[in-house]
Amino acid sequence: MSKLLRQSFMLLLVLTVITGVLYPLAATGLAQLIFPRQANGSLVIRGGKPVGSVLIGQSFTDPKYFWGRPSATSPHPYNGGSSSGSNLGPTNPALVEAVRQRIAALRAADPGNTAPVPVDLVTASASGLDPQISPAAAQYQVARVARLRHLDVAQVRSLVRRYTQGRQLGILGEPRVDVLRLNLALDAPVGQ
Amino acid sequence: MSTNDYFQMGLYLVVLLLLVKPLGGYMAAVFSDTPNRVTRIGAGSERLIYRLCGIRADEDMGWKRYALAMLLFNVLGVLVVYALQRLQLWLPLNPQHFGAVSPDSSMNTAISFATNTNWQGYGGESTMSYLTQMLGLAVQNFVSAATGIAVLIAVIRGFSRRSAAGLGNFWVDLTRSTLYVLLPLSLLLTLLLVSQGVVQNFKPYLSVPVVQVSTVSEPVLDASGAAVKDKAGNPVMKPTEVSTQTLPMGPAASQIAIKQLGTNGGGFFNVNSAHPFENPTPLSNFLEMLSLLLIPAALCYTFGAMVGDRRQGWSLLAVMLVIFIPLLLACTAAEQAGNPLLAHLGVDQHASALQAGGNMEGKETRFGIVNSTIWATATTAASNGSVNAMHDSFTPLGGLIPMWLIQLGEVIFGGVGSGLYGMLAFAVVAVFIAGLMVGRTPEYLGKKIEAYEMKMASLAVLIPCALVVIGTAIAVMVPAGVAGITNPGAHGFSEMLYAVSSASNNNGSAFAGLSANTPFWNVLLGVCMFLARFPLIVAMLAMAGALAAKRHVPASAGTLPTHTPLFITLLACVVIVIGALTFLPALALGPIAEQLMSAMGH
Repeated sequence: MSKLLRQSFMLLLVLTVITGVLYPLAATGLAQLIFPRQANGSLVIRGGKPVGSVLIGQSFTDPKYFWGRPSATSPHPYNGGSSSGSNLGPTNPALVEAVRQRIAALRAADPGNTAPVPVDLVTASASGLDPQISPAAAQYQVARVARLRHLDVAQVRSLVRRYTQGRQLGILGEPRVDVLRLNLALDAPVGQ
Repeated sequence: MSTNDYFQMGLYLVVLLLLVKPLGGYMAAVFSDTPNRVTRIGAGSERLIYRLCGIRADEDMGWKRYALAMLLFNVLGVLVVYALQRLQLWLPLNPQHFGAVSPDSSMNTAISFATNTNWQGYGGESTMSYLTQMLGLAVQNFVSAATGIAVLIAVIRGFSRRSAAGLGNFWVDLTRSTLYVLLPLSLLLTLLLVSQGVVQNFKPYLSVPVVQVSTVSEPVLDASGAAVKDKAGNPVMKPTEVSTQTLPMGPAASQIAIKQLGTNGGGFFNVNSAHPFENPTPLSNFLEMLSLLLIPAALCYTFGAMVGDRRQGWSLLAVMLVIFIPLLLACTAAEQAGNPLLAHLGVDQHASALQAGGNMEGKETRFGIVNSTIWATATTAASNGSVNAMHDSFTPLGGLIPMWLIQLGEVIFGGVGSGLYGMLAFAVVAVFIAGLMVGRTPEYLGKKIEAYEMKMASLAVLIPCALVVIGTAIAVMVPAGVAGITNPGAHGFSEMLYAVSSASNNNGSAFAGLSANTPFWNVLLGVCMFLARFPLIVAMLAMAGALAAKRHVPASAGTLPTHTPLFITLLACVVIVIGALTFLPALALGPIAEQLMSAMGH
């Protein structure tokens, strides 16, 4: 028994050093060497400074921007320090009420638009940080953004296309539009 | 469901099955002392480890000594993780100065990680110091998975050895699982994940300016972090300008790799693999889903190779697939159908070339429906418990399927090692039932199954069932249990049933709305996790010890072959019947009641 106990203690110690210290250090070293941009958060750099990450969404409520997925993080939406979904059940009246309010906000920002609202535009994402919306959700907003920015609809549509990714390797996942990069492109002076 | 949905499900299963033979054969070589390229490279360090620890690698342990070594090692692990959490305030590598974690939460988390459950009652980034994460939680990710593999290998030796006294050496099996299986695969997966954008660094959190500055009203907090209330009891709000965003950093990829491969499931960030830094692209998602079932599936082949009849391994894998595939299709169909309550509001939930449609609450755009449901069924079939979508927001039937897969005893793939030894317990029960039907002494793999083996296998099958039913009953009857509910009605009961099922089968996923970081829930779930893991392992080792001592009985005309479609069907039926009879009444009160209400428009 005491021999087994001594062996347990020593083996736990040795495996702790291997898997708890050496492994993460080796992994970090290799990652920083081979994929430095990805390992450090896939940052968007403007004027030499990071202005966000390609992978982390930001909150947009101004009608002249494309809006992203609703976010359930607290205390404010798209809080990168505290990812969270809503965890509202499918029959919870609070879910139905939240969706009703989001539809009302979209309609208020674009009174002429009576099309059915794409579901991802009115339901909270799992992470609260979803950087993307479906092409349908982008298309729903194109006319509004073009009107408020006094741009041609075709011009905005081509920008949306530029920031749309298809299925990865042609098979995996879903087609999607990067909201932050699209909005940054809208804000960029013409010709840049 | 669209053609692409079927294509993505099919691709996942095909790639998984293609990897079963190479990895399974490799593991069989590692554990039967057949030298290969990897073990030759590692042989030096392996010997050094044994010398440092005073381990004699050629010592053959009887089942009791094997079990005692396993218990001592794991209890020591629990104590270390507990101590690290309680003392982290006074230990180094705690830049955020997190205080000591409460005793009940520390106990819960220590058991959770040592039992390969990885239920997380605490709030991830805001609780644990780097030291606790690295030396406590990350290490248990490896060694709890390695423990599962070691025990499985011992149980396999129970079948393959003849008139033998020992089951092998726990230290050697544990060390080899870690060095030759888990570490190399984890390092490879880490790099693949980083290439997709999973972060891997030791930098502090980064603050960036946001494009659109907005003003939101936030509750005023007092010095202790609690919300200040006005005289009427409502929280006091103040307008706050949000002009920056925090980007979390850290050594995430290396932890995510082992969390997936070791069926652990404890996330680096709060929302687990739904977080864009933890699972950024459809390809990273595919790799994480693949590694989730990889080792449990490959171990079926290892089993067949080690008992000298590969058909036996394939037939157990077939049983798993026969149950898994229909449940995957059903879950996907339920989620793709969407939420009828939202359809009334003018929401477009139809799948088209431009959107995934369906029930998107709690799901990420890049994964859509089908990648969320493949993950949800795989993570609950295996006892992994990581998530890439919020199960609490699934449709009633879509949420029923992950919950029932957990309740089936985590034998449809199951945890690394633990899934297959659980399935072997069911196989023993199945040959016994078949023996009763034809009136012969049951045999499995040339070993007579007698009263003692049946008692041990039944224990292994019944312990989790009993824990789920009794644990949920306690939670429902006690105010402290009901207090954790966040969703009203039948869904609230589902939250509690899911939590106890998850703990009692060492899964670790949750209907995460449940507020479970309270003394009551921490203690209840901690006890469930402990009892579901270690007594069950001891029962399986006892069975293996008895089997190893038996002589080999040559197959006769009265032997039921255990690699045929007949046996595959019989075993699948046994698993399903036990799961259905035990849990259907409880499921009727939760998800089934909610589905009926939802269909009626409530």
